[in-house]
Amino acid sequence: MHSNAYTYKFIIILTGIAALLLSLASTGLKDKQDFNREIDTKKNILKAVGIFDKKMKSTEVEDLFNKNITEKFVTKEGVETSDKTQLQVFIFGNGELPKGYILPISGKGLWSTVNGFLALEPDLNTIKGITFYEHGETPGLGGEIDKDWFTSNFKGKTIFEEGKLVSVKIAKGQLQKPNPHEVDGISGATLTTQGLNEFILEDLQKYINFLKG
Amino acid sequence: MASKNLKVFSDPLITDNPITKQVLGICSALAVTVKVDTALVMTAALTFVLVFSNIIISLLRNLIPTKVRIIVFLTVIASLVILADQILKAYLFDISKQLSVFVGLIITNCIVMGRAEAFATQNGVKDSALDGLGNSFGYGVILILVAMFREILGSGTFLGFNVIPQAAYNAGYENMGLMLLAPGAFIVLGLIIWVQRTITGYTEE
Repeated sequence: MHSNAYTYKFIIILTGIAALLLSLASTGLKDKQDFNREIDTKKNILKAVGIFDKKMKSTEVEDLFNKNITEKFVTKEGVETSDKTQLQVFIFGNGELPKGYILPISGKGLWSTVNGFLALEPDLNTIKGITFYEHGETPGLGGEIDKDWFTSNFKGKTIFEEGKLVSVKIAKGQLQKPNPHEVDGISGATLTTQGLNEFILEDLQKYINFLKG
Repeated sequence: MASKNLKVFSDPLITDNPITKQVLGICSALAVTVKVDTALVMTAALTFVLVFSNIIISLLRNLIPTKVRIIVFLTVIASLVILADQILKAYLFDISKQLSVFVGLIITNCIVMGRAEAFATQNGVKDSALDGLGNSFGYGVILILVAMFREILGSGTFLGFNVIPQAAYNAGYENMGLMLLAPGAFIVLGLIIWVQRTITGYTEE
């Protein structure tokens, strides 16, 4: 039988080695992971406006993004600014007229912070597409929010009703009758989608002056 | 390779398979088998973790204080899993996103803990490494088998390539949606276990 002192010593040394190895690995791989995350963000912006193809390599994603998307910032009052602490907007289009606007959305799902992008048509009312990424929701339940069958339902929905912002809501279960501001829910993911409903509305409210612009 | 060594490696492949015989590691076997490529990466991750955890624990087997051995196993396994997860995030980002929490859940995969406790603490480094390799491959064989059935029947593809001819779809063939959901995995896995036990004649006591 080992003595208590030995046990403590063993555990301290073991955890010390484990911690050292993991922090080395984490710092060593950080650049590569950050790069992947950045590409993934760009991928999701492209996906929101519907021009992303699954087979694209990271360099193609980069190219397509640079050609079609411009990053801008607006203030709460809806005025364009160069201040990067203000609200972020991505503009889609390579010609004179924008073909769409992409707003970052994020907030709490059930277990985790969910990030996503909401793309609007140039009328700033009709939804062009939506994506959710980087979340830690339960696979198969709340995790379904990043699947195409769910996100494609948002296409064509509108966020304004007679000049009033109503956002778009995820219903509980299937929609009983077609509604321009509601999409089918996910069974088993009521709490995740409630979180989504809340933060989509909140985030859109932040942009209200820009949207009414 | 001596025949005893060979047995350590080959037993868990079929006769003592961790999934079909011992029914361990079922959670991940159900979760990551929708597509063959995720099953392959999951197998690689588990092989990495299991082989190294067996080696490390076997090396330390005379030093580990018995009172806290389970915690020591967990520390070793958890460190290896985090390492595997970090590497996947850096080099196979898309697949690591599809595997989501399941790589992390290798920590709780009973196969890893089970082999540490049952084998690595009592055997030499070489045998432990072989045992880890054998068990990972045994796990992988079943995982890939299940994934093959599910991907071909559920999506009509194999490793992303279409295998069901368009003519079949035109004639009214449809992909089986059930195979993409967890019950599909249960059914396929159950059938595999049934077939294997019929052949080997193994029965639970």
